[in-house]
Amino acid sequence: MTTKVYIPRDSSALSMGAEKVAIAIALEAKTRGLNIEIIRNGSRGLYWLETMVEVATEQGRVAYGPVKVSDVASLFDADFLSANVENTKPHALSLGLTEEIDWLKKQQRLTFARVGITDPISLTDYIAHDGYKGLKNALQLSAADIVKTVTDSGLRGRGGAAFPTGIKWKTVLGCEAEQKYIVCNADEGDSGTFSDRMIMENDPFVLIEGMTIAGIAVGATQGYIYLRSEYPHALVALNAAIAAATAAGYLGDDLLASGKAFHLEVRRAAGAYVCGEETSLLESLEGKRGVVRFKPPLPAIEGLFGKPTVVNNVISLATVPIILDKGAQYYADYGMGRSRGTLPIQLAGNLKHGGLVELAFGITLRELLYDFGGGSATGKPIRAVQVGGPLGAFLPESQFDTPLDYEEFTKIWAVLGHGGIVAFDDTVDMAKMARYAFEFCAIESCGKCTPCRIGSTRGVEVIDKIIAGKDTVKNIKLVRDLSDTMLNGSLCALGGMTPYPVLSAMNHFPEDFGIAKA
Amino acid sequence: MPALQTKIDGLIAEHQNMPGALLPLLHAIQDNVGYIPESAYTHIAKALSLSVAEVHGVVTFYHHFRTHKPGRHILQICRAESCQSMGSEALEAHAKKCLNVDYHQTTTDDAITLEPVYCLGNCALSPAVMLDDEVYGRVSAADLDSLIAEAKA
Repeated sequence: MTTKVYIPRDSSALSMGAEKVAIAIALEAKTRGLNIEIIRNGSRGLYWLETMVEVATEQGRVAYGPVKVSDVASLFDADFLSANVENTKPHALSLGLTEEIDWLKKQQRLTFARVGITDPISLTDYIAHDGYKGLKNALQLSAADIVKTVTDSGLRGRGGAAFPTGIKWKTVLGCEAEQKYIVCNADEGDSGTFSDRMIMENDPFVLIEGMTIAGIAVGATQGYIYLRSEYPHALVALNAAIAAATAAGYLGDDLLASGKAFHLEVRRAAGAYVCGEETSLLESLEGKRGVVRFKPPLPAIEGLFGKPTVVNNVISLATVPIILDKGAQYYADYGMGRSRGTLPIQLAGNLKHGGLVELAFGITLRELLYDFGGGSATGKPIRAVQVGGPLGAFLPESQFDTPLDYEEFTKIWAVLGHGGIVAFDDTVDMAKMARYAFEFCAIESCGKCTPCRIGSTRGVEVIDKIIAGKDTVKNIKLVRDLSDTMLNGSLCALGGMTPYPVLSAMNHFPEDFGIAKA
Repeated sequence: MPALQTKIDGLIAEHQNMPGALLPLLHAIQDNVGYIPESAYTHIAKALSLSVAEVHGVVTFYHHFRTHKPGRHILQICRAESCQSMGSEALEAHAKKCLNVDYHQTTTDDAITLEPVYCLGNCALSPAVMLDDEVYGRVSAADLDSLIAEAKA
C-alpha cells in the first residue's frame, strides 16, 4: 500500500528546511522498503510548525511538526506512516488531525480554502477541490451581472486602499476601447505581509481564475501579474499554473469553448517599493521608471498603455472565484459594518505563533495577538504593533481591543492596509522606528513630488536631533509640521502615509522621544 | 568582450517586440550575465527606440538591477520592520563584520555580495535572509555563519 505524505513547497516552509526534510523522508522510506508518495502541497500557514509533515489516514490527514531532518528516523521508528488518531503513544511531534488543530479550526477560510490542502500546480487537484466553479458560473452570466455580483458581495480592495472592487470593474466595463487590461498588483512589499505570496505559491489557479473572471466581466483579453522579484518560488508556481491552464483551455483564445479570450503573463518587478502604487506599477509595466502618475485620469479609464485597466491586488482577485461560486450573499454574510467578508490576516514579527489567519472582519487585535499569536516570541510584553505595513500606524496596548474593520481603524487614525500585523516587545525603541519610517520613505521615494522626496530626508535628520536630545520641543514641532506637509501635499500614499508610523509613534510613545507622557 | 555583447544582442532580439519590453529584457540580461553592463545601453536603446538616458534612468531606478559584476553568491538581509522586531539589526552588523564588507559590496574572495532587502515575505519566521534564490527563516548569527561558510566553499 502506498501512503500519501504531504510536505509543503511554500517558501516559508522551505526557509525552515522543508526541501531537506522531503529528501530525508524519501530516502528513509526507500531504505526501509516502504511505499510512499510525497506530495508537495502548500503550507497551512502555521509557520511556527514548519516543516509540517502530514500523513493521509482513513480518518483524515495527521500532522507532525516542526519536523527537522534529525527527526525523520524517529518518525519512522514510531511508525508515523500508519498513524491513527487512537494511537495512545504518538510521536512527540504529532499534532493529531490537521483539521482539528485549534489554530486552524477557528479560522474561516474562504479565499484560502484550498491553501495547504492541494498540490498547488495540479489543475486536476484544483478542479477536484471546487476550482473553476466560479468561472463556469461567470460564463453563464452577462458582464453586467458578474460586476453586480462582485459589487453586491461588498468586496473591497485588499491591497490596502479598500476601494470597492465592483465599482472599479463597472468603470472599466463602461469604457469603450479596442483593448482593455487586467493587472494584478503582486508587488507585495509591506513588511509583515505574505498572504499574496501564499496564494501565488500555494494556490496559483485561484488567482488565474479570478483574473479570468475579471477579464470576462469588463471585456479585457490580456492580463498581467506584476510580481515582485523577491518571490522566485511564486514565479515558478504561477508560470507552471498558467501553462497548465492554457493547455487545458482555461486560458487562451476560446475559454472553455465560450468564444471568449483571455491571456495571462507574469511580469517581474525589480525591487522598487513604490511600484506597489498602482500608477507607478503601470509605468513600470510599460518599461519605464516607476514614477507615480497624476490622477485623474484614473487607471480604470486610462491605465496600461493608455487603455482602460483594472488594477487589483492578489487577494481581491483570488477572492472573486468563491464569490462567483457561492454567490454575493454568501460572502457578504461574513464581516461587520461596511467591511464585508473575510480578511487573510498575517501575524508577523515578534510573535510565538506567526502565520496566516483568515477570519471575518470584526476580530480584535488582542485576540489575534494572544489567542492566535500566543504572545511575543521573546516572552516579553508586547509593547507596540504596526498594522498595515511600513505606512501603517503603531498601536499601543490601549488600542488592542480595536476590531479589525476599515472604519474602526480610521477612527483611531490607523489603517488596516493589507492585513499584516507586526508585533514588537518592550525592547523596541519607538524613536528609532519613526526614524526608520522616514529612512524607508527616502530610500523608496520615486522622487516626483517634493514633500516625499525631500521631506523624508529632512525627517531623518530632525529625528536624529531628537534622538540626540537637541532642542527636543522645537524639533518635535518641526516633525509635526513636516508630517502635515507630507500628509497633505504628497502625490501618493508613500509620502502621504509615512507620517502615520512617525506621528503614531510620537503620540503613543512620547517617552521614547524624550518628552513626558501626557 | 564580443562574446558578452553577442549574448546580450541575442536577448535583445528575443525581447524587443514585447509590449513594455525594457524590464523583461533587463531581467533577462541580469539573469544571464549577472549584471547590466553599461556597454549594453546603446544597443538596448537603439532596439527599443529609447535614448541611452532613458535606459540608464530605468536601470538605476530599480534596486534589483546592478551595473557591476557581483560575487558568486548574493546574500540579502531583510531590514524591514518585522525582521527588526526579531533582531535583524544585530544580524546585519554580524554579517558586515564577518564578511568585512558593507552593503552593495563584494568580499575580497569574490564569493559573496551583500545586499539589503526590504521584506522577503517570510515575516512569520523573522529574521529572514535570502542566499541567491533561497529564503532562510529564524536566522541566528550561527545559522548565518554556516550559510556563509557553505557559500564560500
